[in-house]
Amino acid sequence: MSRRFWVYIEQEDGKVHPVSWELLGVARKLADQVGEDSIVEGILVGHNMEEAAQECLHYGAETVYVVDDPTFKNYLNKPYTVALTALVKKYAPEVFLVGATTLGRDLAGAVATSVGTGLTADTTHLAMGEIKEGTKKLLLATRPAFGGNVIATIVCRNHSPQMATVRPRVFNPSPRTEDAKGQIVREKMEITPDMINAEIVEFVTNAAATVKLEYADIIVSGGRGLGGAKGFELIKKLADELGGVVGSSRACVDAGWIKYDHQVGQTGKTVRPKLYIAAGISGAIQHKVGMQESDFILAINRDPHAPIFDVATMGIVGDLYEVIPALIKEIRARKEAQNG
Amino acid sequence: MFHALVSIKQVPDTTNIRIDPETNNLIRQGVPTILNPYDAHAVAAAVEWKRKLGGKVTIITMGPPAAVTSLRECIEMGADRAILISARQFAGADTWATSYVLTEVIKEIHSKDPVSLVFFGKQAIDGDTAQVGPGVAVRMDLPVVSYAVKIREVNLEEQYVIIERKTESRNEVIKTSLPTALTCEKDIAEIPYASLPDLVYALRYEPEVWNAESPITFDPAQLGLKGSPTTVFKTGTPEKHTAGEVFKVSEVGLDGVIKTALDKILGVEGMASMLGVQK
Repeated sequence: MSRRFWVYIEQEDGKVHPVSWELLGVARKLADQVGEDSIVEGILVGHNMEEAAQECLHYGAETVYVVDDPTFKNYLNKPYTVALTALVKKYAPEVFLVGATTLGRDLAGAVATSVGTGLTADTTHLAMGEIKEGTKKLLLATRPAFGGNVIATIVCRNHSPQMATVRPRVFNPSPRTEDAKGQIVREKMEITPDMINAEIVEFVTNAAATVKLEYADIIVSGGRGLGGAKGFELIKKLADELGGVVGSSRACVDAGWIKYDHQVGQTGKTVRPKLYIAAGISGAIQHKVGMQESDFILAINRDPHAPIFDVATMGIVGDLYEVIPALIKEIRARKEAQNG
Repeated sequence: MFHALVSIKQVPDTTNIRIDPETNNLIRQGVPTILNPYDAHAVAAAVEWKRKLGGKVTIITMGPPAAVTSLRECIEMGADRAILISARQFAGADTWATSYVLTEVIKEIHSKDPVSLVFFGKQAIDGDTAQVGPGVAVRMDLPVVSYAVKIREVNLEEQYVIIERKTESRNEVIKTSLPTALTCEKDIAEIPYASLPDLVYALRYEPEVWNAESPITFDPAQLGLKGSPTTVFKTGTPEKHTAGEVFKVSEVGLDGVIKTALDKILGVEGMASMLGVQK
């Protein structure tokens, strides 16, 4: 029997969350680490899923199991948990990865409990490896704990599947190819009344939720050094000039200067932009774990000993209220020079 | 009657944790323990609804004896009853074994004194797993509303609750029947100032202590480290990154620093065209 490496394909209104492609990429790597009889498969639950299922094949899934029914049009914990539990019992995957998104964490915790297996939350590094020489390779699921101060590798020895939720933006997505060689398997799911224990009565738009930090190319973040909520006006000005989005350290969120949706770090979002500007952020470990993989990090801080400089590509020791306006001015000047 | 149960955790204040640079060990000494911040907001919400509807709030926590200070804090906030679940056998539990113990305890409380809502914080700041709430809900077959930001209505007559929860793209308003489990964001309620009667009550209040044998018994195979499907294989400290060059405005001058910064930024692949500026 093949060793199945499963990826939960997260979707909302048929739109697949990019973390799913990242998981297909990392699942491929894990499968390759255990040998040739291993396969990477996607699990898709929803309604009108044809297009999404096809996309999974383009992103490298060898099989996509699709549960398609109006019951699953919008995500609800119980029906989705019942569906995934049934599939896990039927196919007995060895590893099951779920994105550590709001939806994924809600779902994975319920599925693991319902199946009766272990789950490692919010992982940032995955490998298949022996914990003792000569034993079967296990999923070595590594994650930050204690606010990012410690990195712990967790294993699930005697239960199956070995489950983990995986932070978005930590792994590179699987490349999309033109050919889609895999197969789509439609799963019949009997819908019983006890599957439905909640109903969505209304959707409310949440302005803050439109902050798309995780997949932004340019982020300008402010920290305690801003001195107050008003400081974010300057941060926003620079972000707008660069076509980027506004991020924040946890301190500012805790102080109520800005909404949680802007928070970068262990308890916020992990980001990997091309350019990350950290202004007035001292660089607590809990912040650094969320942004240190950015391509270019510019840190601006008055304190030459601020730990943020340890991860910065370039550091500026100075007053952010002098440096940022000067930076904006220089960018504008160069844009004007460009436009003639 | 409205009966809210809140499951809380006492955690080390992770913002104050430091690593010993020589041994790479966590320095726990002197690190204060606090009531998990999300749990505090869950307690506040439970108390707020008790004040609206009448009824009571019960707090439970699994942890070491020192966790009574967090229980007492909940009593100060207006909770009525607090239970510490503490025994050596529970130590080393992962989220699976933790949700087992909490479920058995909640079932016992529920059988004597039916519970309307089971509150959790959205996650604990030491483990950050967010798994215990959904785990308990599945074990008890309760509806679970995670990332709750607002309780809109609790209808005891018709036995339903309407809760607004946050997703990544929008908020959803969910209706479920009672009892329901929910995991709370900080938005769920403001932490109230303790009233004098609550403070006095808390001062004298001794939380009940439940252990592995009394008043209920547990399946020993499902407890603590032994009952945990996941185990820690190894721990370490985060990788160190190499630091880049640091320029002081006071030494190089503002103009020079800014020009250097922009030149370097524009050197990043694709950046020049993104900004509409030439390298």
